[in-house]
Amino acid sequence: MSEVTREHEQREGEGEPPPPEDNSWRQGYWRRNLRLMVILLVIWFVVSFGFGVLLVEPLNEIVIAGFPLGFWFAQQGSIYTFVVLILVYAVLMDRLDDRYGVSERDEEGKRL
Amino acid sequence: MSDIQLWTFVFIGLSFGVYIYIAWRSRVKETAGFYVAGRGVPTVANGAAVAADWMSAASFISMAGLIAFLGSDGSIYLMGWTGGYVLLALLIAPYLRKWGKFTVPEFVGDRYSELVRTIAAVAAILISFTYVVGQMRGGGIVFSRFLNLEIAGGVMVAAAIIFIYAVLGGMKGITWTQVAQYSVLIVAYLIPAIAVAQQMTNLPIPQVTFGQILNELNAISVELGLNQYTEAFAARPQIDVFLVTMSLMIGTAGLPHVIIRFYTTKTVRGARYSAFWALFFIALLYTTAPAVGAFTKLNLLRDVQGVGVEDLPAWIENWAATGLVSVADGVDTVQSVSNDPGAGADLTVNNDILVLASPEIAGLPAPIVGLVAAGGMAAAMSTAAGLLLVISSSVSHDLYFRRVKKAATDRQRLLAGRIAMAFAVVIAVIGGINPPAFVAQVVAFAFGLAAASFFPIIVLGIFWKRCNATGAAAGMVAGLLFTISYMVYTLDVFGTSANPHIFDISPEAIGTIGAVVNFVVTIVVSKLTAPPPAHLSELVEELRYPAARRRPAGEEARQG
Repeated sequence: MSEVTREHEQREGEGEPPPPEDNSWRQGYWRRNLRLMVILLVIWFVVSFGFGVLLVEPLNEIVIAGFPLGFWFAQQGSIYTFVVLILVYAVLMDRLDDRYGVSERDEEGKRL
Repeated sequence: MSDIQLWTFVFIGLSFGVYIYIAWRSRVKETAGFYVAGRGVPTVANGAAVAADWMSAASFISMAGLIAFLGSDGSIYLMGWTGGYVLLALLIAPYLRKWGKFTVPEFVGDRYSELVRTIAAVAAILISFTYVVGQMRGGGIVFSRFLNLEIAGGVMVAAAIIFIYAVLGGMKGITWTQVAQYSVLIVAYLIPAIAVAQQMTNLPIPQVTFGQILNELNAISVELGLNQYTEAFAARPQIDVFLVTMSLMIGTAGLPHVIIRFYTTKTVRGARYSAFWALFFIALLYTTAPAVGAFTKLNLLRDVQGVGVEDLPAWIENWAATGLVSVADGVDTVQSVSNDPGAGADLTVNNDILVLASPEIAGLPAPIVGLVAAGGMAAAMSTAAGLLLVISSSVSHDLYFRRVKKAATDRQRLLAGRIAMAFAVVIAVIGGINPPAFVAQVVAFAFGLAAASFFPIIVLGIFWKRCNATGAAAGMVAGLLFTISYMVYTLDVFGTSANPHIFDISPEAIGTIGAVVNFVVTIVVSKLTAPPPAHLSELVEELRYPAARRRPAGEEARQG
């Protein structure tokens, strides 16, 4: 719901003047970008440092196809996750760029 | 000449021929006016080029061997060197692409000041020096085995070839040469890995099948005086595993020669997808490496366990000539194996030979052994040549031209760059003959330095408008000095004696703490000094949006 209101209140709370009308979209774009980034980095941290380092010993109690699970996350699973994370980031940023009209397109509107 | 040597020459000769042919073709195109500034290069090819540039002798030659002996804790290299691409893709690559400068010292110079640019150039040179030592060592190992030389001779042959290649070198920028190098490298890595997986588990997918042999590997490792393979933190304490992994990740995201690869894309979007393809191609090797490590180690241990010295397999004698494999004096049958010469085991095997020797150990045919050697050289050469060019351009452009002699002519600048490159080769040869550690570890030191110097000030420069030049300069110097001091303190390099690790933190791990020091100093000093000028804040603001907005304001509200 009303992100617009929240954004507004926040600005008033900080006592700053509202930005010029035509740049008001910028905060929304940047906030969505940062939110996506933080979510993906949390997954990055949990899978690699969480499953692969901090929790590796308890996870190793579970064995699948010969792999202790913690060992598998450290040597296989984390790498697969990293590849998927970057792909998800690139695809979702494409959508965000389109939604805010800041994607890079040529004169005919085709993606560069 | 043995079959193995013959096939090695064939494959190294063939692959070099291909690189030179592609470089020559690209030059012809260039002069014919077909040059389109990399625009004709699809994102997928750019990703393969980044992967070739990035995967060095450490990835190809050294990593699987290190994992084989570190066991579970070898994952520091796997996660560290791939996880950094997530940081690079999310925090750095698209924004620096939008900024549109061509080197990291240039970005830092624009965003902060000339002083910071100079510090950045010095840091880039230092990092590249450390890194290139690892490449010389790796190339030297290939040549010493296949030319039957002592390791010192092998390093000198590798250095000569790499130097010629780098001087020929504007070729570096030609993406298709690197695509060819990636192809050679990955084929050379996957074929023996798939063959070994098929041989040992009847299923040619090493990533999936090496789970089947882990139990046996655990058992035989313990019998021969090693740790259980899958036991976590047997080789390194937990805190160290955590910090080394982090240091390699943020070092990856801060390495100057990797970052500049993302400037070659046409768009910000291209930088994001290039990062994906680069990691995809890198992951093909990085998910295979732990399987290669496990299979080869099991083969090796089975080959030698309880075997009389007279009956040891031929690969041991072949590699003994390089000095990298040795049987202790007075041993009748092999009862213990180690990678540490000081451990007094019956058989000592250097980590760095394991991938190159893997096909021999598994008894694969000679052409495959030769193919692996060509792959190792492709990995060492593409990275070493790139590093030498970073050193020469930093010295000639960022230091000599900007700092020493503003009126320098092109010729003088070129000469300064060449002298720097020759000097770098000499240092790298000395370092390659007497490395302070294994190839992958030497390279890990370079990452620690990159983590402690570049990553914090680049990320703050993008995400924190208030960050200023004084803060960045202080942060970089503090991070570097702290990190170098600890490395010198804990290693016996340059005649210093090695001191015990503080809080179990190894010299490879210290880059993480160095980065924290850099972050804290940069933030505190920036806060205490005047904010950067308004036009810089506006430039930083502009980084956030890939292109100028096309639609009227308010439209996203209707859609969202």
